[in-house]
Amino acid sequence: MGANVLEKAAEKKYRVVGQSVPRRDGMGHVTGATKFVGDVHYPGMLHLKMVRSPVPHAKINSIDFSEAEKVPGFVRVLTHRDVPKNIYTILCLIGVGPDDEPVLAVDRVRYQGEPMAAILAETEEAALEAVAKVKLDLEELPAVFDVEEALKPGAPIVADTGVNYFIYEGHHCRRVRYGDVEQGFAQADFIVEETYNTKPIEHAPTETTGCVAKPEADGRVTVHTNTQALYFSLDNTALILQVPFQKLHFVGGTVGGGFGGKVDVITEPITTLAAMKTGRPVKFIYSRVEEMQVSSPRSAWRLKYKDGVTKDGRIVARQITSYADAGAYNRHTPYAVTKHAANVAGPYTIPNVHIDAHCVFTNHTPGSAFRGFGVTMASFAIELQMDKIAATVGLDPWEIRFINAYRNGDVRPHRKVAEDVTFIETMQAAAKLAGHDLPEHLLAMNSWDRNGGQHG
Amino acid sequence: MAAKVVSFTLNGRETEVMVKPLTTLQVVLREQLGHTATKTGCRQGGCGSCTVLLNGEPVLSCLLPAEDVAGQQVTTLEGLTPIDGLHPVQSAFFDHYAVQCGYCSPGMILTTKALLDRNSTPSREEIVEAISGNVCRCTGYTAIIEAVEAAAQALKGGQNGR
Amino acid sequence: MAKVRGQGMAAINYPTGMNLGGDPSQALIHASTTGNFIISLSSTDLGQGLKTVIAQIGAETLGVPFDTVIIDTADTDTGPHCMGTFASRATHRVGNAVMMAANEAKKALLDVAADELEASPDDLELDGNGSIVVKGVPDRSISVIDTALAAHFKHGKTIAGRGIYMKPKSEVDPLTGEMDPDSTEAHACTVAEVEVDTETGEVKVLSLKSAYEVGQQVNPALVEGQIVGGALMGIGHALYETTNPYYPAIDHGPLNFSDYLMPGPAELPEMESVVLEFPSSNGPYGVKGVGEMTANCPIPAIVNAINNALGVRITTLPVTPEVVLRALEERRGPSQSNLPIANFPTECSS
Ligand code: FES
Ligand code: FES
Repeated sequence: MGANVLEKAAEKKYRVVGQSVPRRDGMGHVTGATKFVGDVHYPGMLHLKMVRSPVPHAKINSIDFSEAEKVPGFVRVLTHRDVPKNIYTILCLIGVGPDDEPVLAVDRVRYQGEPMAAILAETEEAALEAVAKVKLDLEELPAVFDVEEALKPGAPIVADTGVNYFIYEGHHCRRVRYGDVEQGFAQADFIVEETYNTKPIEHAPTETTGCVAKPEADGRVTVHTNTQALYFSLDNTALILQVPFQKLHFVGGTVGGGFGGKVDVITEPITTLAAMKTGRPVKFIYSRVEEMQVSSPRSAWRLKYKDGVTKDGRIVARQITSYADAGAYNRHTPYAVTKHAANVAGPYTIPNVHIDAHCVFTNHTPGSAFRGFGVTMASFAIELQMDKIAATVGLDPWEIRFINAYRNGDVRPHRKVAEDVTFIETMQAAAKLAGHDLPEHLLAMNSWDRNGGQHG
Repeated sequence: MAAKVVSFTLNGRETEVMVKPLTTLQVVLREQLGHTATKTGCRQGGCGSCTVLLNGEPVLSCLLPAEDVAGQQVTTLEGLTPIDGLHPVQSAFFDHYAVQCGYCSPGMILTTKALLDRNSTPSREEIVEAISGNVCRCTGYTAIIEAVEAAAQALKGGQNGR
Repeated sequence: MAKVRGQGMAAINYPTGMNLGGDPSQALIHASTTGNFIISLSSTDLGQGLKTVIAQIGAETLGVPFDTVIIDTADTDTGPHCMGTFASRATHRVGNAVMMAANEAKKALLDVAADELEASPDDLELDGNGSIVVKGVPDRSISVIDTALAAHFKHGKTIAGRGIYMKPKSEVDPLTGEMDPDSTEAHACTVAEVEVDTETGEVKVLSLKSAYEVGQQVNPALVEGQIVGGALMGIGHALYETTNPYYPAIDHGPLNFSDYLMPGPAELPEMESVVLEFPSSNGPYGVKGVGEMTANCPIPAIVNAINNALGVRITTLPVTPEVVLRALEERRGPSQSNLPIANFPTECSS
């Protein structure tokens, strides 16, 4: 089997695939001819700026726009009453629910920076000045920031479901159950436990998130956007605005860095609405401050590992309780937690696995997708835990990974049979590159044959 | 405060533009003159994507009041690009995959041009120092440093274009 | 004054493609009378090079010169549906859709060429340079553009193809977590070397040596770009980056690039990587995908190296100087003196 794969790789003879041809967009980039969304300008274009919550959790008593309206160049304000289907969740397109996030806050704000009202003005300066003149009457509420605190009885409730966790088919977490961990712990010579913590991280693309919406003569709206997913943004915008999908025309494809930060459908709905309400082109591009603090970060995670290990280094049971800080709303985190749950036991074959992965709501900025979706911080924790196991058992860090490495044909905790696996070969190649001499018995291993030394 | 006419040389052409007080050069170039190669990564002086050359020296156009360039020479990436082909710095960036999303590229390329104008044989440390104000989130800088080195070589050898 | 070195490693898998599937992407291809093939999509390029690799896959499958394949994306009025660019799905999903469309277009092309050459379509092949030749009879050939012109003006036929790729949606069993959460598995292993200043707590990554296994590479230079860019992002995640430095508290969040610390060119370590190509069973030409995973392996490798250097067990990110100094202080404390550490050799440089 392995030999076949290797031969297939060796005999391929492609003309273009596998060649380092020059980038298609390279000339545009080096001459500055590439048009990014911020470069789109229309005569008569309005600028949109958000009124945002200065506090992480509050009841909204009232918002007073009277001074803002007096700013020269002010055009109009949009509030939640203007948004046809104000409460949404982006992954409703693939069946994730319930809807939970307001496009514009209704009676409560749940994170610092949450949009409360949109101001439209003739110039960006006027829009900013008007935003600064909006008077907010807020009643601050106790906030919760720690994922485990949020799950305790009596914690301030963030979500409208009445519980601070995403409900997975009636369960408080995404569960994976494989084998019997208690039995595994009983067989183990060592129990290795550790908790790993990470903080929210910003994508920091050099181009900030944004779009320009332009009403067309035929009644449709063209939206230029730097979304990573054009139809995803179109579909959500149509649903939020309750307009037929046919009315919208999205154009994009050139993105100044995404890394997962531009899949939130966060500027298009309100900007399209503004264009429809005013009949004028409208531009809404995040400032760097918004990109840093309001755009969704990589969620913070807490992961608790409890492993049962035999003295020859085999992991016989792994129990993981993990918490993703989703912040105030779903966005992509419920889906990320499922991907996380499938991978958090690591690229190791373990007979008994028990995983409880929680998607927790707090008063943080909502987290979302980020390069490595749900897996990056799992990999961080797994690989630190592997070093701890190695040290506990008294084995070399390489050895412990080879001993437990998953291979083709192994059943994984989610019960899919592993295929396309080359974990051992990858480690062998890295060791060689780093000048680390692996012992013979590790060099003899491969991903296809559990007992053999040779491929095939 | 009233707007006033500011005259300067933009990419070799005499240019006059009505400027409101405190308007930055970045806004004037992009929104009034349609020169959008100059980018807007932060408008806070933190990313270098808005770099232009003022009398050959790199400056952040997001921090520079447009009035201040009266009577001076401004070069944007549009002005670096020859009618035919590419400037050697552009060629080097293209050939060495020193652009990914391309958003940092205009600023990077102009910063490099200024560096090589004042120091035709920069060391790696000098290159790193010169581009340290230009943020690139995509490339990990390695390809950019290689491109700068290649551009220095090409300029020394008197080559131009690709 | 006291600088300590350490080495650490980490090895990871990465499941590429939108994990639970149900995420179709389509491609349409047609030959115009210019001799170009236009691939219409609504997929986005984030800088990773989608427009380039998709043109490569299209040119390879069609058997025509790379320069004659035009990518027309991303416009929802002209491009068919694409779920989006994320989850390292684009090259895999869109590439598969393009292959399917290209095969259909190629068949239409060869049918017309067969008429023109009075040969059987099965006896024809594309030479990759813009001509269709009768196998074994090199002087019996017709150019792609002449075929396209003949199809349009003489035969009244289109040369076009449709393609779609969708991994069926997997439902998760809520009790056991049984699911199909990947399309294929890519792998990486990184060995990191660090130097830690035990007085300031500052960490310098000296080197990152990595092996990546990403299936067939479509464009090795672009893969390298992902690996290097991702490694620097990994250094940032490991040592500096957060929007909430006092998390879970929200105070003092950075608002600009001066406060949000990211590694710059001065923080570049020595970097070396090898790329292994074990073709996947279901990617176009055996592609697996690379973009998403490239920060994942450097992060734990770096933290393991720090722990190795100091004989501590740091378990949080980012590992700022404060975290290092606190860990050292705790190590000195009497209750914590027996922490097990990874048994890499530790060298002291001064
Ligand atoms: S836009 Fe001027 S430095 Fe960022
Ligand atoms: S290429 Fe994307 S920021 Fe440099």
